Amino acid sequence: MAVKFLSDDTKKWQRHDLKTSLMIWSGWLAGLVLFVLCWQIISEATTWFFVFDAPRIAEDIFTRAMPPRWEYINELWEPLWDTFNIATIGTGIAILFGVPMAFLTANNTTPSRYIIRPICMVFIVASRSINSLIWALLTVAILGPGVLAGVVAISLRSIGFFAKLIYEAIEEIDTTPVEAIRATGASPLQVMAYAVWPQVKAIFVGVAVFRWDVNIRHSTVLGLVGAGGIGLQLSSSLNTLAWPQVSLIILAILLTVIFSEAISARIRAHIMNK
Amino acid sequence: MTDTVQLKRWRRPPMIKRTWLRALVWVGVPLYVVLSLGSMEVNWARVIDGLPRAKEFILSFSSPDFTTRWNDIYEGIYESLVMAFASTVVGILISVPIGLGAAKNLAPTPVYLVCRGIIALSRALQEIIVAILMVAIFGFGPFAGFLTLAFATIGFFAKLLAERIEDVSKSQSEAIRATGASWSQWVLYGIHPQVFPRFIGLSMYRLDINFRESAVLGIVGAGGIGATLNTAFDRYEFDTAAAIILIIIALVLMAEYTSSWLRVKVQ
Repeated sequence: MAVKFLSDDTKKWQRHDLKTSLMIWSGWLAGLVLFVLCWQIISEATTWFFVFDAPRIAEDIFTRAMPPRWEYINELWEPLWDTFNIATIGTGIAILFGVPMAFLTANNTTPSRYIIRPICMVFIVASRSINSLIWALLTVAILGPGVLAGVVAISLRSIGFFAKLIYEAIEEIDTTPVEAIRATGASPLQVMAYAVWPQVKAIFVGVAVFRWDVNIRHSTVLGLVGAGGIGLQLSSSLNTLAWPQVSLIILAILLTVIFSEAISARIRAHIMNK
Repeated sequence: MTDTVQLKRWRRPPMIKRTWLRALVWVGVPLYVVLSLGSMEVNWARVIDGLPRAKEFILSFSSPDFTTRWNDIYEGIYESLVMAFASTVVGILISVPIGLGAAKNLAPTPVYLVCRGIIALSRALQEIIVAILMVAIFGFGPFAGFLTLAFATIGFFAKLLAERIEDVSKSQSEAIRATGASWSQWVLYGIHPQVFPRFIGLSMYRLDINFRESAVLGIVGAGGIGATLNTAFDRYEFDTAAAIILIIIALVLMAEYTSSWLRVKVQ
């Protein structure tokens, strides 16, 4: 909050004083310059002829893709089942590893603050920084193409997600119940089960359902790199330019995503209302 | 009267209160696991073949190879960063009016519905699928990636911004209104100061997400580091892949620290 003195000695209210204003404006200017530079780089790497031609091509693809080849749906049930499994089993495995890791990482439950916690932190950061599609590139190279590679890729990406959100929840718990349970002579494991876990349970369910929904989205495209699911059909239809099949597959993916989001939203709303 | 005391053991209250639902979960989940694992075709010979490769990959993190493909790595990372920044800026510029329109307390119902529709569409279409279509329409290169990320930013940013706007404190915004402020003054002085810290936080978070996403768009030809990474894995050049992954992790960490620093500053 600042005041500016005008030439006729009246005061005028201003939101920021001069120094803050200057800093804010130079921040915006720097951002603008950076954006213009970025734009030039993108522009240089672009064939503008294709861009100007885009409406025609878009229309062309659209007319080729419509109507979708409905009878192809019979070949999609199995990949859809695989996609669902990759996401669900992948989430399950991630929970099995991620929850214990959260307890090992959280400041107030970790067995060793100087050895185990940093190791877990490194793993969490690595797991979260890398997209599941990149994890899939790796698992396909190691395990060979197929559903298993997809499951492992999804769980590798999700472990860090679970561990991070749950360890943060554990660090924020109320310590009164923990001390009360400990005062009864409970072992550390009993303390975790009866004092810590009940406090993070609701967050855990919310996070798990949310991640499952995200994983359904991700598992629909893992097939593009060979990791199973409906993405395989998408990739082969794209390679053979079978646009009516592509449109049907995208429609199927859209419906799956909307379905999973609806389920996840319902369960989360239910937990919140409790 | 008998004086036998019934000893009851205390049990934790069950997570799912309805008995039938609990039973369904207890029966359904193992059944599903058996069914899904049964339908999974796994080539165990191939898996065992691959195990030495897994070891090689993990070991390659101790000797990442930055030099052999440095030019490809440098160009890819550079392009990813450029795409991420440009798309975040444009995405946010488009998101702000849509976010204002998608806030129930600001916009009339028809505008609200249109804006919510745009958000839903952007959220339902996955980045990679949008990228495939963009590449088909606009050709290979970072422009397709830029458009994809900008489009994806709208669904994320406008939705969260709208939710924040719907949560603003009424007393402040009404005080501004009571001074006779116009709609734009009301938004600028009554809403904007309350929303701005969240705005900065979200922008930084989205920049971070866009960078991470830009790392995969290259797999479908939409520019960025993904193409190099894909090639490295295809040729089993794990030390190069490890180098790229380390760079990505370092940049993501940097973004996270910068964003938490900036958020503290703004508040």
